[in-house]
Amino acid sequence: MPFLECKNLSKMFGNVAAVSGVDIQVSKGEIVGLLGDNGAGKSTLIGMIAGIYRPDSGKILINGHEVEKWDVPTARAMGIETVFQDRALVEQQSISTNIFMGREIRGTLGFVNLKRQKGESEKLIRDIGLTSRLIAPGTSVLTLSGGERQGVSIARALYFKAEIVIMDEPTTALSLTESEKVFDFIRRIKQEGLSCIFISHNIYHSYDVSDRFVVMDRGKLAYTCSKEETTAELLIKHMQRLAKGEVAAQ
Amino acid sequence: MLRQRISEIAANNRMALGAFGFLALLMLAFIVLQPSLFLRPDIYMAVFVSLPIFVIMTVPLVFIIVSGEIDLSFPSVIGVSAWVFALSARSGVPPFFAFLLALFVGAAAGLFNGILITRLRLSSLVSTLGMNFLLRGLINIGTQGNGISLTSVASTTFAQVLVGKIDRFPIQMMWAVAFTVFGWLLFNKHSFGMHIRCIGDNTDSSREMGIKVERTKTAAYVFIGLCSAVAGVWSTLINQTFYPTTGDGYLLQVLAAVFVGGTPTWGGIGTIAGAFIGACTIGTIETGVVAVGLTGFFTQFFYGLIIVLSLAGHRFNRGKSKF
Repeated sequence: MPFLECKNLSKMFGNVAAVSGVDIQVSKGEIVGLLGDNGAGKSTLIGMIAGIYRPDSGKILINGHEVEKWDVPTARAMGIETVFQDRALVEQQSISTNIFMGREIRGTLGFVNLKRQKGESEKLIRDIGLTSRLIAPGTSVLTLSGGERQGVSIARALYFKAEIVIMDEPTTALSLTESEKVFDFIRRIKQEGLSCIFISHNIYHSYDVSDRFVVMDRGKLAYTCSKEETTAELLIKHMQRLAKGEVAAQ
Repeated sequence: MLRQRISEIAANNRMALGAFGFLALLMLAFIVLQPSLFLRPDIYMAVFVSLPIFVIMTVPLVFIIVSGEIDLSFPSVIGVSAWVFALSARSGVPPFFAFLLALFVGAAAGLFNGILITRLRLSSLVSTLGMNFLLRGLINIGTQGNGISLTSVASTTFAQVLVGKIDRFPIQMMWAVAFTVFGWLLFNKHSFGMHIRCIGDNTDSSREMGIKVERTKTAAYVFIGLCSAVAGVWSTLINQTFYPTTGDGYLLQVLAAVFVGGTPTWGGIGTIAGAFIGACTIGTIETGVVAVGLTGFFTQFFYGLIIVLSLAGHRFNRGKSKF
């Protein structure tokens, strides 16, 4: 049974059908590469899975059970963590504040246990390989490189015991070395037996790390296959044919 | 280890230390120019009578500005809360309950501002400016320009606890210091302060991380509404009279105190310790200028000079980094 199952999800923005009747499943330990051109509906789909957008129709099931009220706290409580395209960081704040933002370790009367947060952040940033001596829990995110910022974003997802980490374009605007760091994070997610939905424009990036591919086109599911059934070149060809309208989405 | 800790504290409080340096220079200038006055406690006792009103308004305004918003309506909220306090106290309501009523009015005004800004999505600059006129207009219509004398309340225990004196030291200054400590804890150690900073830093990210943006901002407006009510009651008790102009004149000075204290304009970061120092700086200028022998006509010039110099100092203090 898949851990996450979305059935017939649809979302309209005004008169535009951003996502229309999409089914997607993710099993434990699986990395799903979600592909598609600009405007294919990838970000809207993961926005619904992350609880930011309320689907107009369709349902979301966790371990086969439908979840009625689906929002950000519910998605998180179910083990779905999202590393957003904009990384959802507050750059002037410390690494520690960013990791615990919205889910602070609270003590009496809502006061935050800063000492514990600092300790946990220290362990976490070393764990994910931010080993520079200049980086500490109190370091402002503004001083970090793009890859390191993505690392903080991923560390946050790992700390809160995610079952599925959704990564929306995590390598956009990153250098080769920094992108490689992000791929290391994803491999780590897999090693720990967690699942991942990896969204990228770069098919080679996606092919490297994914077990299965879901291709979207104009809000619909266009194509799905496993890594064994395809190559990066075949995926590119298929997407080019979709763009030219030679094949249609379902 | 101790040295490292000291340099860490210095780095974390760079803005406040900068503001303190500036206040120290200002005080030094006053002492050099008029040592007979500024080396004696009397002048400070006079400053401490009204300084708490600056402090209690500057601290919550830091929360608002750090959240990326502004409040221009607090002078009229001070006025309307003071009016409600004076009306109820004069009609026989015990002062403590009149104070609770004033707090209720302040909180309601803050809640209304919060709703305008977060639910109706109005610009805080324009909507609070409108509220400032609206509430002041309401006071003018209701009072027809007449004040309310409250000399009988001045001798009550309630008034003594709020604005009495220990020896010659005004009690309200002790309340102001205690309030600053409370504000500092709320801003730096409490989830409310953290959420305010995150929202001002990046509202979308905060929302994506599950922070309740609208609720937190509204709470900040309720907070400044409550503080305005306390300021209004203080002002009325100090003067033993409610004037329809109560609160007028604080707007620009309190805003200046926030920025002189080292809180930048762009949101996300700020300093409560700096706000206290900024309030002390602004609260001392008028008395200082007159005490060194200049006429009151010089006050505004010095306000401007000190604001511009201190902001330039903060810019220099921040160095090449953005903050």
